[in-house]
Amino acid sequence: MEKHVELNRIGLSLADYKGKPSTLCPGCGHNAISNQIQAAVWELGIAPEKVMKISGIGCSSKSANYFLDRSFGFNGIHGRMPTLATGACFGDPSIKILGISGDGDTASIGMGHFKHVIRRNVPMVYIIENNGCYGLTKGQFSATSDQGLRLKHQGVNILPPLDLCMEALISGAPFVARTFSGDVKQMKQLIKAALSQNGVAVIDVISPCVTFNNRDEALQSYSWGREHEAPIQDIAHFQSREEIQLENFEEGSYREIQLQDGSYLVLKKIDKDYDPTDLHAALDLLTESYKYHYFATGLIYFSGVPPTIQEKYDLPEESLNRLTKDRLRPSRESLEAINATLY
Amino acid sequence: MLDSTQKLLQGDEWIVNEVCVAICTVNGSGSATANSILYRSLFRMGILTSGKNIFPSNIKGLSTWFVIRASARGYTGRVAHDDVVVAMNSATIHKDVTYLQDGGVLFYADHLEKPEIKDKDVIVYPMPIKTLMKQVDVPRNLQTYMENMLYVGIVGQVLRIPEEILKASIEHQFQSKPTVAESNFNIVKLGFQYALENIEKKDHFYLEQLPELSDYILTDGNNAGALGALYGGVQFCGWYPITPATSLVESAIEQVDKLRKDPLTGKNTCVILQVEDELAAAGATLGAGWAGLRAMTATSGPGLSLMTENIGLAYFTETPMVIWNVQRVGPSTGLPTRTAQGDLSMIYTLGHGDTQHVILIPGTVTECFEFGWRSLDIAEKYQTPIFVLSDLDLGMNTWVTKRFEYPNQPIERGKIIWEEKLEEFKDWGRYRDLDGDGIPYRTVIGNLSPKAAYFARGTGHDEYGNYSEDPKNWSDMLGRIGRKLEGVVKDLPEPVIRRSKVEADIGIIGMGSTHDAMIEAQDILAEKGVNADYMRVRALPANSAVREFIASHARNYVVELNRDGQLEQILSLEVSEYSEKLTSISVIGGLPLTAAWTAESILAKEKKGGKTR
Repeated sequence: MEKHVELNRIGLSLADYKGKPSTLCPGCGHNAISNQIQAAVWELGIAPEKVMKISGIGCSSKSANYFLDRSFGFNGIHGRMPTLATGACFGDPSIKILGISGDGDTASIGMGHFKHVIRRNVPMVYIIENNGCYGLTKGQFSATSDQGLRLKHQGVNILPPLDLCMEALISGAPFVARTFSGDVKQMKQLIKAALSQNGVAVIDVISPCVTFNNRDEALQSYSWGREHEAPIQDIAHFQSREEIQLENFEEGSYREIQLQDGSYLVLKKIDKDYDPTDLHAALDLLTESYKYHYFATGLIYFSGVPPTIQEKYDLPEESLNRLTKDRLRPSRESLEAINATLY
Repeated sequence: MLDSTQKLLQGDEWIVNEVCVAICTVNGSGSATANSILYRSLFRMGILTSGKNIFPSNIKGLSTWFVIRASARGYTGRVAHDDVVVAMNSATIHKDVTYLQDGGVLFYADHLEKPEIKDKDVIVYPMPIKTLMKQVDVPRNLQTYMENMLYVGIVGQVLRIPEEILKASIEHQFQSKPTVAESNFNIVKLGFQYALENIEKKDHFYLEQLPELSDYILTDGNNAGALGALYGGVQFCGWYPITPATSLVESAIEQVDKLRKDPLTGKNTCVILQVEDELAAAGATLGAGWAGLRAMTATSGPGLSLMTENIGLAYFTETPMVIWNVQRVGPSTGLPTRTAQGDLSMIYTLGHGDTQHVILIPGTVTECFEFGWRSLDIAEKYQTPIFVLSDLDLGMNTWVTKRFEYPNQPIERGKIIWEEKLEEFKDWGRYRDLDGDGIPYRTVIGNLSPKAAYFARGTGHDEYGNYSEDPKNWSDMLGRIGRKLEGVVKDLPEPVIRRSKVEADIGIIGMGSTHDAMIEAQDILAEKGVNADYMRVRALPANSAVREFIASHARNYVVELNRDGQLEQILSLEVSEYSEKLTSISVIGGLPLTAAWTAESILAKEKKGGKTR
């Protein structure tokens, strides 16, 4: 009997979006992220060749090899992933960039680049696989580890954590979300939404390290996440307006956001009315969630998309890396004119 | 041709077109414009001239010197003494006059304290700057600036620069602003007229107009490097400001709009982006190179230190990029506005682990243009970072140099393959050596073939880019990269060799901006009976011509601007069988090389019988 293989709108199966087998620890939160990335790209019907993966150093950055094998990838050096993305984005603006980083890579060594890549609005989905510790060097505190956290070889963390969504917000990110490796449904919707628009989109994924930082009391553990997760909305991404099934939503209980590629994000109100287009509300939410120890997830902020860095250069429609040589060298006459002005 | 109305000094002769003029001012006073006008005037008179700006790391208020050397014989390297001092700075006037020799000339603003000149026969021309300024109506904020234009007129007249040449230079300086040109010329004319009527010429120095230097232009190495890159099809430049490399990128910014519009669409074909630091400058340039753009950055020592890790990544992922290093004095922050050749050793194996880089070393401004485009070709052909090693003297000073020549080779993109070409390969792998030259075929983003993608990484990888910790694989991979770079030598510029008029058993070797001083030193040595051939190394790794030169001389003196004799050390390793034939002559201090010091140092070593390490 022939096995039925489901194909997406460009005729590819989910297998076409697979990566190399993961070598991360069994149960690692990052594997869930890899799975949701490939599912999201597949469901959106984006060809894997139209995506590039760029990462830094750490367990998170290694994971870029574990999905989308048919996409170009560059696993660079610690903390500098955003710089590679900045240069690479000009090669062919039609290629979507998935930036894969971790809390060590982004919140410590690469914090400057993180904020500046946002300031430049390099069009990319910037995913932080945030486990609150250094995994690949075997369990040191990171800048997102909670104060008071105890790790085996480290003792007690004496410093307070940085909140990467907060850093993204004050740097001017137009799309900021937080999600959880234990909430793959929400994660996939957010990744799809982020891929459906063209500016920098930051997704801070709390992604437990099962080996070094998964004790119940740790902010980035599965059990803490499951017990404290407080989604700010139910999220569903739809390719088109027609697909939105409004009967699922009560009037006034949802908010629709149209994304740049024409798709829609529907946010269903859960508790109180949260306005993700209000920067102050977003900052308040993050402040409160840390203060009162709950784990707010969902689309924290969306401001529409300011012009991307590419759009500021008036580049040809054709990708820059395919321009033929004759379009890159000025004329002989122009050099003679320059010589004349320098006499 | 000499001005017959002028009385010759008893028993002396005129010194025609051989003069070194030091203009001593306060920085931020607008003197750079005045000095450029004098400098260009000499150039327009057909005289081979150099202009060196010795300036502080400061914006306003500190002492600065501009030294113009005119030489009928074509010697334009720095000299340690001055023939003419133009003293406009009260803070330095007493020291400035000490550089004058017998027969020297002092022009000084007469509101400054007149310096005492001991044991020297110096002709002194006071300049009544403040008095003259009272005769003209100049806005207060332009007073200091216009005072500088007065010395242009006075000094110009006394040295016999024709008034119309000064006028043409001013018009060149203020091309787009004819009224500004006119008001400046009026001040220059005032000074000129004052000198004509009031100064009796008693000195020997006289400038005489020669046929036009029509094959030459007047510009700096940074502008030349920027233009070279733009003509080389550079598509991305990520950078961060640092003296003395900043003006290279700024020159590109000023000219990119005019030069790099796509002929088909009128859109831009080159992106120049200032980023947050040099880590990002190197990272973005590397990212662009990986994405299939011709990419470069420009920096200086401290910036290069920060770029190191990314350049190692470029080397190991075999990603093309060009790095201009316009050297200043290090270590550390060093002397940011002074020149040196102290980064050679650092660059040659920059990065941890086994690395070996290719360095192009321009020695003239015209070569900065040429290496600007050539470096991009070599980087893409060999898929590796290429360094262009300039320095502050070459980069920021304005030189009389040969006109830029249009690239004589089409743009080289190397082994980039797109969808169709990829189909021709049965078993392509990003790091497979299919041609036996160590250079693999390269795909870039946007190649939509399902077979095109690979995972670039700084970690161990096999021929397909897959992660590997296998010892043999590692050894093969790094071995091939090494082999690939052995091939690069044939594409690097040959050394420039200037033979002695008679057979010589001594070689003198230099690199980069010391070229003019080296030629003069070679001639001084010949006058003193020491015949030497001169070789200027223009690239590393060294090629066979460098080896043969060293081999064919009993003693080779390697002259350079650093403490440890870095070029001498590298050549000693590269041409190790002849290392006994190499002797280091090196000097630090932040100033350009002088021929006199070089010749003396070599003569001293020769007296001791050569080799003294």
